[in-house]
Amino acid sequence: MKIDIQIVSKIDTTIAYEKLSHPESGGVCVFIGSVRNVTQNEKVEALDFEAYEKMAIKEMETIANDALKKWKLNKVIMHHVVGKKQIEDPVVMVGASSAHRDACFEACRYLIDTLKERVPIWKKEFFENKTVWVSSHP
Amino acid sequence: MNILLFGIAKDIVGESVLTIEGELQPPKTVGELKNYIVQLHPKFGELSSLAIAVNSNYANDSMKVNDGDEIAIIPPVSGG
Repeated sequence: MKIDIQIVSKIDTTIAYEKLSHPESGGVCVFIGSVRNVTQNEKVEALDFEAYEKMAIKEMETIANDALKKWKLNKVIMHHVVGKKQIEDPVVMVGASSAHRDACFEACRYLIDTLKERVPIWKKEFFENKTVWVSSHP
Repeated sequence: MNILLFGIAKDIVGESVLTIEGELQPPKTVGELKNYIVQLHPKFGELSSLAIAVNSNYANDSMKVNDGDEIAIIPPVSGG
């Protein structure tokens, strides 16, 4: 399988290479997003992710297939978490492998940027005294 | 008609499913459904965006909604 899409309770970053390596690939590019301890100068304590899983998988498959059409890729992965995550926990891992590095660098950027635009997953930020659904209000 | 709710949509309605029943003129399109939802819960009108998914695909305002469809409110997404 060229494409590996998963929604998981915990991301295993150690499997990235194994998932993406391929005899015809000379380059592997991976982006890992993680929980940062601050947003706009406010201390973040945790994040909680919720997904419309059926649609999120479908959207990620579309994005991965679009990437395969745009670049010559041998493997694509898109993994995203659901549930409550602590500072420094990985929450998203996307990657691509290709014969030469340009294709996988560009594809990796496309995968994460498009995921953030379209995939129905929501994160709630936990601050000391409040919680906020990210991006919900202008 | 049952509408699935996620993220802030669940907080606005206070449930994980919004049920529309007993309406003389139930919404027939995605656009009508959006208007209906905003009238019922004006806080939806304050969001950065409001999308509807029909059968787990993003739907445009002219798309018809039928009783058997799986419908979901998609508030602004924030994955990654």
